Amino acid sequence: MADAYEVPELLDDIKTPALKPGSMGHLAPYPAVEKHMKPLGFPDARVPDWEKRGVEKLGEMLKKYRSLQVYMDICVKCGACTDKCHYFLGTGDPNNMPVQRAELMRRVYRRYFTPAGRLFPGLVKASDLDEEMLKQWFTYFHQCSQCRRCSVFCPYGIDTAEISMAAREIMDAIGVGHKYTTEIVAKVHELGNNLGIPKPALSGTLQFLEEDMLETTGHEIKLPLDQEGAEVLLVAPSADFFSEPHIQSLMGYAKVFHQAGISYTISSYASEAANFGMFIGSFEQKKKIAKRVAEQARALKVKRVVVGECGHAWRVAYSFWNTLNGPFDFLDPRYPVPQHICEFTHDLIQRGALSFDKEANDAYVVTMHDSCNVARASRMGPNPGGQFTIPRDLIRATCNHFVDMDEDTICEKTLCCGGGGGLLTDELMDLRIKGAMPRMTALKRVVDGHKVNFLALICAICKAQFNKMLPLYGMPMDMVGGVHQLVSNAIRLGAKKGVV
Amino acid sequence: MLTYLAYTVVGVFIAGFLWKIFIYARSAAPLLIPTTPAPVTRGGVLLRLFREVAFFESLFKADKLLWIAGYAFHATLVLVLVRHIRYFYDPLPAFFAHYQIVGLLAGLAMVGALGLLWARRLLIDRVCHISSKADHLLLLLLLGIGGSGLLMDFFLRPDIVAIKKAMAALWGFPGVNLSVASPGDIVFIAHLLMVAVLIIIFPFSKLMHLGGIFFSPTRNQVDNPREKRHVNPWYPK
Repeated sequence: MADAYEVPELLDDIKTPALKPGSMGHLAPYPAVEKHMKPLGFPDARVPDWEKRGVEKLGEMLKKYRSLQVYMDICVKCGACTDKCHYFLGTGDPNNMPVQRAELMRRVYRRYFTPAGRLFPGLVKASDLDEEMLKQWFTYFHQCSQCRRCSVFCPYGIDTAEISMAAREIMDAIGVGHKYTTEIVAKVHELGNNLGIPKPALSGTLQFLEEDMLETTGHEIKLPLDQEGAEVLLVAPSADFFSEPHIQSLMGYAKVFHQAGISYTISSYASEAANFGMFIGSFEQKKKIAKRVAEQARALKVKRVVVGECGHAWRVAYSFWNTLNGPFDFLDPRYPVPQHICEFTHDLIQRGALSFDKEANDAYVVTMHDSCNVARASRMGPNPGGQFTIPRDLIRATCNHFVDMDEDTICEKTLCCGGGGGLLTDELMDLRIKGAMPRMTALKRVVDGHKVNFLALICAICKAQFNKMLPLYGMPMDMVGGVHQLVSNAIRLGAKKGVV
Repeated sequence: MLTYLAYTVVGVFIAGFLWKIFIYARSAAPLLIPTTPAPVTRGGVLLRLFREVAFFESLFKADKLLWIAGYAFHATLVLVLVRHIRYFYDPLPAFFAHYQIVGLLAGLAMVGALGLLWARRLLIDRVCHISSKADHLLLLLLLGIGGSGLLMDFFLRPDIVAIKKAMAALWGFPGVNLSVASPGDIVFIAHLLMVAVLIIIFPFSKLMHLGGIFFSPTRNQVDNPREKRHVNPWYPK
């Protein structure tokens, strides 16, 4: 029930709140259950000697992750990050300040791994890993969307995402998992995608969409499934097949492939770009999930792999795939592996293969929400910052009216939608609403000041989150959509076919 | 006494510092995680690290007041340390006579900047909340060192000639003892002991940010995962 939640009032600008200690201490996610933990190789219930095992696991992680080891040590508690987290800005809970969230782990680290913490626990604030601490970990490491905004501003680049991922992995290792994320990872292993869509349902949907596009455009635009020998394997987030407004972008991709005359296929086995292995911090799970794509690229004998509009998926694909399952030397070396759908479309525009009726989007004044994992953990094109310019180029190529939000809330300083990092689950709705407040504030300013009525973005989680948030904050739900939804609206079909 | 103290302090510092660096270097970097936009070449990364260390680039983005206070402290600390070379050098090059005024002004500014940093910890609710006793004590220690230094410069002068002689003797191993003849000498002993404490705790405290920043993967990695395969050392296949 939407009206059961308390929705913050939007002010003219994002204000740093006063501290409200413990205000979000009650909001932990649902714990994972046996049937989701087991397939992931985690203990199905809390192990008996969990304190000892937890500390051992932390010791192991310190050796495996330089980020964790260095970030445990070098924070000087300068406070630069304290007003940067959207969850802190929305809740005022001091444990949602990045330094304080990390402090929950640092206390345990100091207690067991530093001389100062062993000798003077009171002086340096060191704590045992006990029931109370575990409760805090489970609560507050599931109030971090791993958006990395803090790492932009930290003078040492301390990345709380690394710390919350490590905390989640340690908790999984002692049998204290998070239901939503483990359930989804289990589903990918079973059915190939996060939504648990079986092949017949997927092929039915694609067929329906083909008919729909034929009716509305008069062109036979295909959404091929499991087609061996296609040029491109398209890996989209599974939400693109079933959710609004995601599905509009899927049709956008299809029109681009159609108009460029490049054959492509979707895979039912690797029908998911998302990789929740990242959210739970597990290298093994990340690798296992991403392996489906690498295997399908080989099996379907494609030459290129293109990834759809999904933020964390793009991080995993761009930054991690090569490490996880590379090398991809069996693919065409003339194209980057993987390629983002925005890079793909952008490249085609540069080569003159596509043209647009910008007037088709004249009803819209568009702004762009940079999704955190695209903005701060990946790149597009050859130059740093291409992840900002390329999607904006696509918007400008397809729309006449574009305006950016406040510069402190876009590009590398972008604000999380409030639902990333494995938190897009209903029991955390209160957190999601409050965490969306900063973004909603920046959006409201351009809605009021520039009559913005379309929020363009390239992330499946952001789309789903904003769908819920916009009406709560008094803005229309359908103003959120993908960049390829705008492409879909404006692309000229049939006028000119194929790459020259 | 002084000799043993000096060699113990420096010994612990060097061993502790190298041990920490070894720990950082030994730990693995399984994945590429630079905070983007990030440089796409090694040279670009060196430049990024240089900007971080020389100008506190990220901190500048975060908080202008904190940047001013933090930068002023670190920059004046360097200037003050340079001035201290005069106590270890004989005969003194002419440069240090001219430099004296810079060093003294820097000393005043340094204590001012430390005061500002401590005021933040006391007055801003968020910064107050995140500060432990150790954070306050460390600032107090630095203020004590800076304050006692200024005290000797402006009010209670110790026997500089004797001190310099003692410092020069440190390079050899004879037991050197300082005279305690005036209040200034006592201030000097206090100054020296506080510096000893600071150097001893350095490798075991957050002061390791000096070495650690160069190992921060979000800052020291090249953004080239597609162009060059990065291998996870503990899961290579």
